[in-house]
Amino acid sequence: MFVEKKRQKKKEMSRVAVCGGTHGNELAGVYLVRERLKRRADGTEPVSVVTVMSNPRAVQLCVRYVETDLNRCFTRATLSAPVSETSPYEMIRSQELNALLGPKGSAQAVDLLCDLHNTTANTGLCLITYSDCDWICLHICKHLQARTNTKMASTPVRYVHFDIPLNEAYSLDSVGKHGFAMEIGPQPHSVVRSVIFSAMQEGVQLMMDWICQFNSGTLFEGGWVDVYTMVKNIDYPRDSETHVITAAVHPNLQDRDFCLLHPGDPMFLSFSGETLRYKGKEALYPFFINEGAYYEKGIALSLARKRRVEIPSVRSETLR
Amino acid sequence: TIREKAMALLFLPALARMAVCGGTHGNELSGVYVVQEMERQRKEKGEGVWPIPVTTVLSNPRAVKECRRYIDTDMNRCFSRDTLSSPITDSSPYEVRRAQELNNLLGLKGSTDAIDLICDLHNTTSNMGLTLILCTSSDWVTLHICKYLQTKITKVPVRVLVLDFPISDAYSLESVSKHGFTLEVGPQPHGVVRADIYIIMKEAVDLTIDWIHKFNSGTVFEGGDVETYMLIKSVDYPRDPETRTLTAAIHPQLQDKDFCLLKRGDPLFLSFSGETVNYEEEETLHPFFINEAAYYEKGIAFQLAKKMMLTIPAVRVQKD
Repeated sequence: MFVEKKRQKKKEMSRVAVCGGTHGNELAGVYLVRERLKRRADGTEPVSVVTVMSNPRAVQLCVRYVETDLNRCFTRATLSAPVSETSPYEMIRSQELNALLGPKGSAQAVDLLCDLHNTTANTGLCLITYSDCDWICLHICKHLQARTNTKMASTPVRYVHFDIPLNEAYSLDSVGKHGFAMEIGPQPHSVVRSVIFSAMQEGVQLMMDWICQFNSGTLFEGGWVDVYTMVKNIDYPRDSETHVITAAVHPNLQDRDFCLLHPGDPMFLSFSGETLRYKGKEALYPFFINEGAYYEKGIALSLARKRRVEIPSVRSETLR
Repeated sequence: TIREKAMALLFLPALARMAVCGGTHGNELSGVYVVQEMERQRKEKGEGVWPIPVTTVLSNPRAVKECRRYIDTDMNRCFSRDTLSSPITDSSPYEVRRAQELNNLLGLKGSTDAIDLICDLHNTTSNMGLTLILCTSSDWVTLHICKYLQTKITKVPVRVLVLDFPISDAYSLESVSKHGFTLEVGPQPHGVVRADIYIIMKEAVDLTIDWIHKFNSGTVFEGGDVETYMLIKSVDYPRDPETRTLTAAIHPQLQDKDFCLLKRGDPLFLSFSGETVNYEEEETLHPFFINEAAYYEKGIAFQLAKKMMLTIPAVRVQKD
């Protein structure tokens, strides 16, 4: 039994954004946004939801991006840089999205921004954010983790934290007052798998349920959430001259996202058959293992530390 | 009688040289790295590294560099006689130009100078294990190689798919050589290399070289029955009549069930709004290429095949 922390009071959430197609070939989010736009609100929802197709040109071409990765264009520097007709398409688009859903850091920004993504890695469902003490995000995670007897029941739900200050936070979800990427894998890019689509649909629905309950004054009990904080990235072994990769993720590590990796464990298997091992000194949790879009970013996998974070009970302030 | 035919011994010319082609689709990575590794081995150990002469080819280098299926047009549709003989201008698609280069290198298609065997390496997002794709059901050499691979490879299912084109209509790379087949391994996302899939493909290439060496050295390969799947037709996704976007995904009960039996009443698609579409035809067939990413733009959700038993004669190399 733990000592109940001081209850946190928060203003109710009046504006929420659901964004898909930030990467045009991550299709569960694309089809979920299309489906939501087909069933437009009839105005009776308790919370206003704006549904956005973030990168329509990339979606049309079914590519991750047209000129530059949209989900790296939301730093303060990029958002405030002058744009012209010759600026990369995604830079222009990030400023449009910032005007629509932000401005980032201001009182006009949406209360919560949920950005839908897929990965080729076997991550299950992850909520990825920049804060490890955002009680809204942590409670939503706890709510998703608690669901049983649903289609989602077999999908693990985890909370992943990138310790980056807001100014340098580069992804779309940093535009909202609260925000996270809802990342689901494994799914190949340019493919939509039915169970992945259903898991994402259910994740968004559970998030909306939580928000509605929160807004109507429900008290959410405190508790504990395991938080995975990103520590570092590991690149593939590469040829020193040509820079081409010389090994693939080792079969013992492939698909083992969030399974503890110990010093000495196999990491890569070279194309000529040699095993390369994890040389770090600290056992860490690997994730985004073999994500297709990260080869060009020099990332074979990311490593995280796990810790239990205690979260207070929360209830919205009812404004009378 | 068929039995007598099976027991008869057929003498065939030796295979002087084979080509291993990877990166015909630039984002199907196992083949790219198999070719890279073979070239590294040749550099390290010299021309005698394999028991028979092998030419290694990176079919579509520009697409490989950009990690895309193709630059202007699908290269594996550019080897028809018409395309190979069309005049090249400044506006010719890159792949048409390159196909003619490859025809000069490995062909000329239809001539006695053409290389004896092309083994073209591909990956698919579908759960097809190792599938050997033949354009004809009457080439004993490729059917014997298939039979050999089926005996030697036990880690994954090894199936033979026959497309049965009239030779004059064949448009894929492996139609350039005297004998040819595609080595298709899945499931693997495009733009990703998985160690387990790479190992399967490498083993299949090594066994193919092994068979040719044994054949050329005088081994008698016994005849018998080879179970094959013959392509009957393709089935598209349900689409919105105006926008042509998908309205459904492959049903969870069909997803990953390549080469299983599809019977009338079995589910095919689950729409994004929750409705099931069933298979209504009388004929029980075998689906494959279920949810292949590259086929969305070709209007193919999956293809259907009929099982067909082929009887092949015993073969032995013809001595001069």
